[in-house]
Amino acid sequence: MGKYIGKSIKRREDARFLKGAGKYTDDIKLPKMTHSAFVRSPYAHAKVLSIDTSAAQKAEGVVAVFTGHDGCGTYGVPCGWQVNFKDGETMREPLHPLLAKDKINHLGEAVAIVIAETLELARDAAELVEVEYEELPAVTDPKKAMEAGAPLVHDQWKDNAAFDWCIGNDRAEVETALANAHHVTEMEYRNQRLAPNAMEPRSYIADYDVNADKWTLYTSTQNPHLIRLLMCAFALGIPEHKVRIVSYDVGGGFGSKIYHYTEEALLTWASKEIGRPIKWTSDRSEAFLTDAHGRDHYVTSKMGFDKEGKIVAHLTDEYCAMGAYLSTFAPAVPTYLHGTLFQGVYTTPLIHLNVVAPFTHTVAVDAYRGAGRPEATYLLERLISKAAKEMNIDPAELRFKNFIPAFDGVEQPGYQTQVALQYDSGNYVPTLKKGLEMVGYEDFRMEQAEARKNGKLLGIGLSTWIEGCGIAPSAVVGALGARAGLYEVGHVRVQPTGKVSVFTGSHSHGQGHETVFAQFVADKLGIDMDDVDIEHGDTDQVAFGMGTYGSRSLSVGGSAIIKSIDKILEKGAKIAAHKLEAAEEDLEYAEGKWTVKGTDKSVSFGDVSLTAYVPHDYPEGLEPGLDFSSFYDPTNFTYPFGTHIAVVEVCQDTGKIDIKRFVTVDDVGNVMNPMIVDGQIQGGVVQGIGQALLEEVVYDEYGQMITGSYMDYAMPRADDVPMIETERTVTPCPHNPLGVKGAGEAGAIGSTPAVVSAVVDALAHLGVTDIQMPLTPQRVWKAMQN
Amino acid sequence: MQITVTINGKQYSHDIEPRISLTQYLRETLELTGTHIGCDTSSCGACTITLDGNAVKSCTLLAVQADGCEITTIEGMADGDAMHPIQEAFKEEHGLQCGFCTPGMVMTAADILKNNPSPTEEEIRHGLEGNFCRCTGYHNIVKSIQLAADKINS
Repeated sequence: MGKYIGKSIKRREDARFLKGAGKYTDDIKLPKMTHSAFVRSPYAHAKVLSIDTSAAQKAEGVVAVFTGHDGCGTYGVPCGWQVNFKDGETMREPLHPLLAKDKINHLGEAVAIVIAETLELARDAAELVEVEYEELPAVTDPKKAMEAGAPLVHDQWKDNAAFDWCIGNDRAEVETALANAHHVTEMEYRNQRLAPNAMEPRSYIADYDVNADKWTLYTSTQNPHLIRLLMCAFALGIPEHKVRIVSYDVGGGFGSKIYHYTEEALLTWASKEIGRPIKWTSDRSEAFLTDAHGRDHYVTSKMGFDKEGKIVAHLTDEYCAMGAYLSTFAPAVPTYLHGTLFQGVYTTPLIHLNVVAPFTHTVAVDAYRGAGRPEATYLLERLISKAAKEMNIDPAELRFKNFIPAFDGVEQPGYQTQVALQYDSGNYVPTLKKGLEMVGYEDFRMEQAEARKNGKLLGIGLSTWIEGCGIAPSAVVGALGARAGLYEVGHVRVQPTGKVSVFTGSHSHGQGHETVFAQFVADKLGIDMDDVDIEHGDTDQVAFGMGTYGSRSLSVGGSAIIKSIDKILEKGAKIAAHKLEAAEEDLEYAEGKWTVKGTDKSVSFGDVSLTAYVPHDYPEGLEPGLDFSSFYDPTNFTYPFGTHIAVVEVCQDTGKIDIKRFVTVDDVGNVMNPMIVDGQIQGGVVQGIGQALLEEVVYDEYGQMITGSYMDYAMPRADDVPMIETERTVTPCPHNPLGVKGAGEAGAIGSTPAVVSAVVDALAHLGVTDIQMPLTPQRVWKAMQN
Repeated sequence: MQITVTINGKQYSHDIEPRISLTQYLRETLELTGTHIGCDTSSCGACTITLDGNAVKSCTLLAVQADGCEITTIEGMADGDAMHPIQEAFKEEHGLQCGFCTPGMVMTAADILKNNPSPTEEEIRHGLEGNFCRCTGYHNIVKSIQLAADKINS
């Protein structure tokens, strides 16, 4: 294993954050830097009749004011995934302008940017921009958006659908199986819209250097190279090699910082116009209005069972909001990141999902921690728990009955689902068994009955989740509509002194790559961790990369680094063989040195490194240097899985929910740093609890957001949640060199249905079968009264 | 307006616009960028500092209101290379991920422990109510503060 892999090594990035020395984009100050403020629409849907910037242009400290009429919005920001209609019609793809010219399609859409010497002066002047609007009726609900006569978001199409898509078995066949089922469980609900709320608001500084004819964009992004590609090739049409994207420390992402946002492109364009750097940092109110949201599915579902409780068929119809424009990955989220998980961990033989994805007069919906998979897990796990109650079968037993049998993906083949994908390896029984033991399931029912006698409402909820992550094989996602490859780049540069610089296309915004990546690099090379540095987040340093999302950093980014390490060791062996006057095949590499097998003759990694750069006595024909870059394209997704169990107490008088315990047994494959994996799970679980109990973005009928600040949008606080009890099993991934599956999204995927099922369980004796999320005290109290 | 403040033991005097928030003053004028802005409703606590010995959200104050005050920011917590026991505890217990809320968390933790050197888990969670963290689920922040209390008390 080595010295570092599998150990809870403390993070090397912590010191700078703890001392207040992190370098987030808004912390950067450039010479001659200007500041900017946006003029944003107060309406969700409106015609722009006129924009008068004359007063703002003359205001104190103003450098420039631009509107959509100034030549910045020709191409718009692109969408990176194409999902067509099931009848063959191409996905409807509206222009997403950098600044709206004639028509507003969501609240907060920008119509002008004001650039001034200070932030305060920019904001003052922004208030002087006069825009005349004609307000139009709006639609924000995905189901209502598809009703006849709904206001159209884009007039060029006859209805609001961006696409109408399906996956799985033949619909008629599924319907027949449901008609013949012994029992059918039904659900209808809204998987509510959420705001990702990374604590660092989005922030950008664009800097055009006229002498070098080069742009630098400092941006709080999860994927610098992807932003460069989308901005250069599509949004602005500027030469990619003349643009540098820098993304140093980023204060959380959760998906919301994947996408190429209009402000990034606009600032980059405007910086050349004025010949000075421009900064913009979103405030929280702007973040609520303009960061891509998550979820927002309207779901109608049926699951059929036979007499023994085996699932026979599953049919679901969904309306999934896209928002006003198609964000970078938006079409993939309710389709290929969602429908492909409808198999769950169960042997369901017939599955059909239909998704209608309408435009709505809201900000875009895109990937938010888990992205489509929390929505799939919520549906499956609530269906199973509800069905268990209806059929009077224990919810754990119903799961055991339906689990896919164990397979390791090596001796036994991967599991072919009914919904396109093939699971890599899985062993579902042990996580549930272990979770039930941890929570004391056998005794819980007695405690619950006893508590009820004393007027205490206790409940328990299970969730046995699976996800597809480690995205993704380029050819597969290409066939599914992705307009990019999803490989990763890992570049390992051994310096002449044997110190190692690693450049990764993965991007850390809290995940601890600087530590974890150094752990496995040091172990694979048999050197000290202090001799390894991890660099990321700068397109001038890192050759290329696809960034961090979809729990892909270690499984894809890590694998790319391993490929380069293999090349380093292969070349190093040639140099070592020359130095040792031995044949390469007689050498073995361990603990940082090549040794002639069965002898004490060896040469160290440091010696070989120096020789590679000072090649005086050197193998003939071998290039100097020890420096390799590799692209790694995975052969499959990875499929982590696990069990989450919530125990709750519901207050009889107020409906307030107290989570007494939250237990997780997750299997994320091999684990490099248990401390960091646990941290990822704990954080994800609390985000999932947030969805279950607290969070919802609410638009009113006019498209006004009534949850546009932390006074109205309920974030989970420290006293809303308990300690999270984390355990795991280990089923290695069979198709990547580290055997890792990914842990970033697991917590948020598994937890939400466990909490809701626990509350429903607590209230089952009152006839409660389901409650719409978020489970606010008001909703719970009402459910109890009915 | 002219103000004079003592920040991390050093005195500063500046002529500033009355409408500038204390956070902006710290970040823009003094370039003490460890104090962060995470919201505009005094809800998130990323801007927490110590003012005359008490933790306050610096975004709720105008810089001119701090005239004559003594302020400690996150930059004033470590003693050179030696981190404060709270900072050490956050590192040991993995009480931070992206690091953005961390300065506010550390300053709030200092305030919790000043007023209650041996807080219970419940008291710590209550004390953290005004600080959001989106990464950690608070689990390791609570543990960090428990460890910090042990460190300081021993």
